[in-house]
Amino acid sequence: MQFAFTVSFHIIFPAMSIGLANFIAVLEGAWLKTGKEHYKDLCLYWSKVFAIGFGMGVVSGVVMAYQFGTNWAGFSKFAGPVTGPLLTYEVMTAFFLEAGFLGIMLFGWDKVGRRAHFAATVLVALGTLVSTFWILASNSWMQTPQGFAIENGRVVPLDWFKIVFNPSFPYRLFHMAIATFIVVALIVAATGAWHLLKGRRDPAVKTMYSMALWLLLALAPIQILVGDQHGLNTRKYQPAKIAAIEGLWETEHGGTALNLVGFPDMNTETTRYAVQIPHLGSLILTHSWDGEIQGLKEFPKEDRPNSSIIFWTFRLMAGLGMLMALLALLGLLLRRGGRLFENRLYQRFVLLMGPTGLIALIAGWVTTEVGRQPWVVYGVMRTVDAVSPISAQAVGLALMVFILVYFMVFGTGIYYIFRLLLQGPSATRVPPSAIPELDADHSGRRPMSAVE
Amino acid sequence: MSITTAWAAIIAFGLFMYVALDGFDLGIGLIFPFFPDDEERNMMMHSVAPVWDGNETWLVLGGAALYAAFPVVYGVALSALYLPIVMMLVCLIFRGVSFEIRGKAKRTKHLWDLSFMVGSAGASFFQGIILGAYLQGIPVTNESFSGDSFFWLHPFSILTGLGLMATYALLGACWLVMKMDGDLQRRLYGLVTPLTVVLLVFIVGVSIWTPMISVQIAHRWFDSGLLSRLIVVPFLVAIVALSMFIAIKHRREKTAFVLTLLLVLLGYIGLLVSVWPYAIPFTITLTDAAAPRSSQIFTLVGTVIIVPIILVYTTAGYWIFRGKVAQGAQYH
Repeated sequence: MQFAFTVSFHIIFPAMSIGLANFIAVLEGAWLKTGKEHYKDLCLYWSKVFAIGFGMGVVSGVVMAYQFGTNWAGFSKFAGPVTGPLLTYEVMTAFFLEAGFLGIMLFGWDKVGRRAHFAATVLVALGTLVSTFWILASNSWMQTPQGFAIENGRVVPLDWFKIVFNPSFPYRLFHMAIATFIVVALIVAATGAWHLLKGRRDPAVKTMYSMALWLLLALAPIQILVGDQHGLNTRKYQPAKIAAIEGLWETEHGGTALNLVGFPDMNTETTRYAVQIPHLGSLILTHSWDGEIQGLKEFPKEDRPNSSIIFWTFRLMAGLGMLMALLALLGLLLRRGGRLFENRLYQRFVLLMGPTGLIALIAGWVTTEVGRQPWVVYGVMRTVDAVSPISAQAVGLALMVFILVYFMVFGTGIYYIFRLLLQGPSATRVPPSAIPELDADHSGRRPMSAVE
Repeated sequence: MSITTAWAAIIAFGLFMYVALDGFDLGIGLIFPFFPDDEERNMMMHSVAPVWDGNETWLVLGGAALYAAFPVVYGVALSALYLPIVMMLVCLIFRGVSFEIRGKAKRTKHLWDLSFMVGSAGASFFQGIILGAYLQGIPVTNESFSGDSFFWLHPFSILTGLGLMATYALLGACWLVMKMDGDLQRRLYGLVTPLTVVLLVFIVGVSIWTPMISVQIAHRWFDSGLLSRLIVVPFLVAIVALSMFIAIKHRREKTAFVLTLLLVLLGYIGLLVSVWPYAIPFTITLTDAAAPRSSQIFTLVGTVIIVPIILVYTTAGYWIFRGKVAQGAQYH
């Protein structure tokens, strides 16, 4: 429970960091290539947002690194020989890279040359992607484990290539990486929309709005295709998860209908108030008119994931994904008509869609994690065997502390991110040395940070 | 050298890097109360702003490498030290977030100062507590923790907690001496001397108490033939301490920092010698706790290649931000 809570929080900030780091690298590259100042403005502006998000990600990440041991001692002892090395590789190849070059990226503008600075930014962006690679290798292995034997009650790795490149890994990796870009595209577009609605028309605001919508147009359809492939993969390796996602109880012959909506009930083994479309289930999940999909009743009761939850989290994710594609297409139409920066109704729509990337990301994450239950390593170790031998009292106490701290601290972080977003990139460039005179109400000599 | 020993050495190295590097930036939070001026605080923060999260990454590496190479220790030690570790992490959160938010806040700036100080102090204190509890020995049955949630709370661990705070405070003060100049540097020097004395008192206290609290450590120190080799350590400590006072007197700013690191290293070596060859003193040996060979080898290959690269670019980072912090410098 505590783990689920901290993980959900943890996933928000890194997702933003991955997308933003790459966006910033592109901006800086564009600035170096074209020499247009508004690219640098945008680069500096989003770097500030990135810094807050990254700081939050680092501290919540430290918590994560130790929580495997504090709360999941059983899991650590059993699966540590596989997940431990993967985590260590992540720290060595990604965390150090990010932390090492972040300093130069944020504070090194005057200390190193333009090219060296750009290299630092690219390395930070690369670090975020490498990090995604390892963490998803580890997570995918828990979903579709292979390449190991079990000796003396613990996993012994046999073939690391098989472990890292396990069957669900490529799908999961691309699905997640694209998701982080979409998250950021939506946030950037919404920020742009907010400032367009406020009447700003300077190149920085227009550029970021336009770039984000182009990105969304490219990625939203690809994401739907990747997600579809991911679904086929899941049906092959985790059929119970698919059955639970679809709220499907019986194995139907000659084509399975799709439950569009409904309320799966784990006790009565039915999906109530289901609205069905014949054959659509088979069509989506097997890409054939009458493909067979196993129902939940094929699996023993104790092996079934909770369908009532993931039926809806999946629909939330997929539905939002469709909306994003629609948003991007509308954007293209408006662009062709030359009304992209003027259509207020559309800008409101973009603004509204701003947080949906994050919502879809979390919904998708819940779907895949809850869908793996009751296993922590699918088919190999049950979640109940994975917990630590510590008193419920201690865990309860720690959970309370974490909830309190997270809401206080990360609430503040989110508040400052919001403040930055509402402020927007600086409209006219003010060299830092020119600011102190404006700062009469403070100590006078101290340049205020551009944020204030 | 067996691969298990190599792993123990790597983790020991990682932890030392953590103490040496994050030690000084935690220390800055510890001596913050002595420097109430807002502008000076900005400069002090700025002196570590580009490097602090790299420093903290060594702690993450320590945790991850322990998990990879000795999963049993990771599971046992972390569930045993559950509450102090949680407290340490919470403190690190507050402190880390203060870095980002402090420079942006206006009305709540003093709150973030407070959160930075309390976070730094708490993180240092609980790290020391964890160290003390670890030395005392963790109750283990059948490769699982079998003690009480509060077993770590003991006068000895409180002593080590305070001792580590003194260590970090001195490291922080010496770091700032290198990075600041003028009147601020003069006042920092004024802090280094008493802090050195306090640290020496803690070193002596912990050294006397350690063999008293653990029969096995006493045995290892006095009856195992190690004594003749260990006896040089106190002398080295005395020499380093003396050099420290001379360095302060002659205002050798870099020497003071290096000597403090030497002091830390000496204490650290004493500690490693005391618990060797145990992973959890004195119930689980390193060999008992080792991960399967295939896990250790797979990770070792990467470590041998990547850690030197990390050291190169970390050094480059420090080089780029070398020299004194300019007057009026700010975090962002």
